[in-house]
Amino acid sequence: MKRPIIELENVQKYYGDYHALRGITTTIGEGEFFSLLGPSGCGKTTLLRTIAGFEDPSSGVLKIDGKDMDGVPANVRPTNMVFQSYAIFPHLTVEENVGFGLRRDPRSAADKARAVQEHLEMVGLKGYGKRAAHALSGGQRQRVALARALILKPKVLLLDEPLSALDKKMREQMQVELIRLQRQVGITFILVTHDQEEALVMSDRIAVMFEGQIAQLDDPETLYRLPKSRQVADFIGTMNFLPAQVLSETPDGFEVEVAGLGRAALTARQAPGRPTGDVAVGFRPETLTILYEGQQAADRESPGIVEEVVYYGDMTYYDVKLDGVAAPVRLSMRNVFGRPVLDRGTRTRVAWAPGALVLFR
Amino acid sequence: MTAARWFKMYALGYLVFLYAPILLLPIFAFNDGTIIAFPLQGFTTKWFSQMFGNATLALAVKNSLIIAVSSAVLATCLGVFAARAATRYTFPGKGGIIGLIMLPLVLPEIIVAVSLLGVLLGLGVSLGIWTVILGHVLICTPYAIAILNSAFQSLDRSLEEAAYDLGESRLSTFRLIILPLVAPGIVSSLLISFTISLDEFIIAFFLAGTEPTLPVYIFSQFRFPQAVPAIMALGTILVLLSIMLLAIAEYFRRRGIAKSGGKDTGGFL
Repeated sequence: MKRPIIELENVQKYYGDYHALRGITTTIGEGEFFSLLGPSGCGKTTLLRTIAGFEDPSSGVLKIDGKDMDGVPANVRPTNMVFQSYAIFPHLTVEENVGFGLRRDPRSAADKARAVQEHLEMVGLKGYGKRAAHALSGGQRQRVALARALILKPKVLLLDEPLSALDKKMREQMQVELIRLQRQVGITFILVTHDQEEALVMSDRIAVMFEGQIAQLDDPETLYRLPKSRQVADFIGTMNFLPAQVLSETPDGFEVEVAGLGRAALTARQAPGRPTGDVAVGFRPETLTILYEGQQAADRESPGIVEEVVYYGDMTYYDVKLDGVAAPVRLSMRNVFGRPVLDRGTRTRVAWAPGALVLFR
Repeated sequence: MTAARWFKMYALGYLVFLYAPILLLPIFAFNDGTIIAFPLQGFTTKWFSQMFGNATLALAVKNSLIIAVSSAVLATCLGVFAARAATRYTFPGKGGIIGLIMLPLVLPEIIVAVSLLGVLLGLGVSLGIWTVILGHVLICTPYAIAILNSAFQSLDRSLEEAAYDLGESRLSTFRLIILPLVAPGIVSSLLISFTISLDEFIIAFFLAGTEPTLPVYIFSQFRFPQAVPAIMALGTILVLLSIMLLAIAEYFRRRGIAKSGGKDTGGFL
């Protein structure tokens, strides 16, 4: 683990009777790209604003770079924020916006101007300095907001849904640029987002939040492959659930009976969550494969019937009703040249591997 | 005739009714005769020189300007505080408090004037310029709040937070970000308050004591027919000044909008 830059210890926040943050305890490392992911109202923005100093925690401890932030106002914290609306000052030029935070900097005017130019260049806005800020496009405003925040060399950059106002193409482009920028400056980025794909693409680690609590904190791959609860699994991508029964449990793993799939042996790692009593087996659409004539499953296979076909160009989603299961499961197939897309009602066989299953119990 | 033509006729008639009397002002201001009637008697500028030589009139103008400027500044300051509080903070009884502040907007002025007079006399305050300013601030503030409220409301809250986040204090954030962005609203508020105060009669009549204001002076002069042409001359100058003031205010308003990249919706001109 890298040196901790942000330490949260049982942070609680109440708005009157509303319990917005219910005991957040976590550590964010130096130079980490950390995401707070969750549906609206889960407390992720409140947590970000608490770190920034716009909200005071009702109780608990927040340390930035080892220093307790209790009583330290936002304007002296070593954090800077990129706002959802970008908050570009409309009456100032691009240069004046970027250099705004340097007003109290003791450096000479020439040094400050150089810093402004460097940061404009860094975000790809070289030559835009004299423009009026209000004349910029959404993507350009975003870049100005980034340069304006980074010029103060904060220890942590806070990003509040920074890409939600951009169109899809621009968003994907900015995602890559943000990753590049974060590597270049090497400081901790904390991103708030409700877009699971965005979080998966950009983050080193993701904290999934529900109702004021962190439901799971993991790297993107672990989060995707081994969600600790059905709620997390549902929020991150698509997951199929099939009713199951635990036949036997040993310290090494489980023997389960899954509706439509049959018996399977799972390792202990495949049951990452705490037992809740509601037993089900989950799997991602891409872990199932349709078997065409003459193809053999590498591991296991189950028969079923194609109930629905959703064609996406590069991919096709099939809803397949496995024999003995009422609800269909969704699986995705890459469309390979020469391989026909199946029709609805086709009888088929589906290949799967016990290693790709996740047990919720 | 079609409906469209009726509407055109109506609009034209309305404008004539509105502005024809005002157009008579300069005509009779230059008319060589004390009776306000056609036919005209010939061209003269003597009413203007008579007006400029009138010491009582000069005093009334001076009083009115002091009162109007003071009322406009005070009402706008109070308006800034109230609009800021109304748009940013929530506090118990907010709706009721704002409602009470806005009430003078619909309260009959004569009621305000009489009750103020009663209170001031009861307190033993001597009447004069300051008591008129007091009354005018009271009636101008609701207008100031109404104008400033919309200016503050259109301000994105994260602009303030961004400036604060970038190291500014609450005070310097207000000066560097909020003030420049609500400046067009402040100019409008100053202008409207100034205009309301300048031609306000009832409160000034009750509370001015021996200090005449311009409307009170004009009203008193209508008893003397020979003074009327000079009033016409005064009116001519006031109309010209009003048009200039409005043009200046509109210029600043448009410049403010252009500067912050907003879309121009409405305005005076």
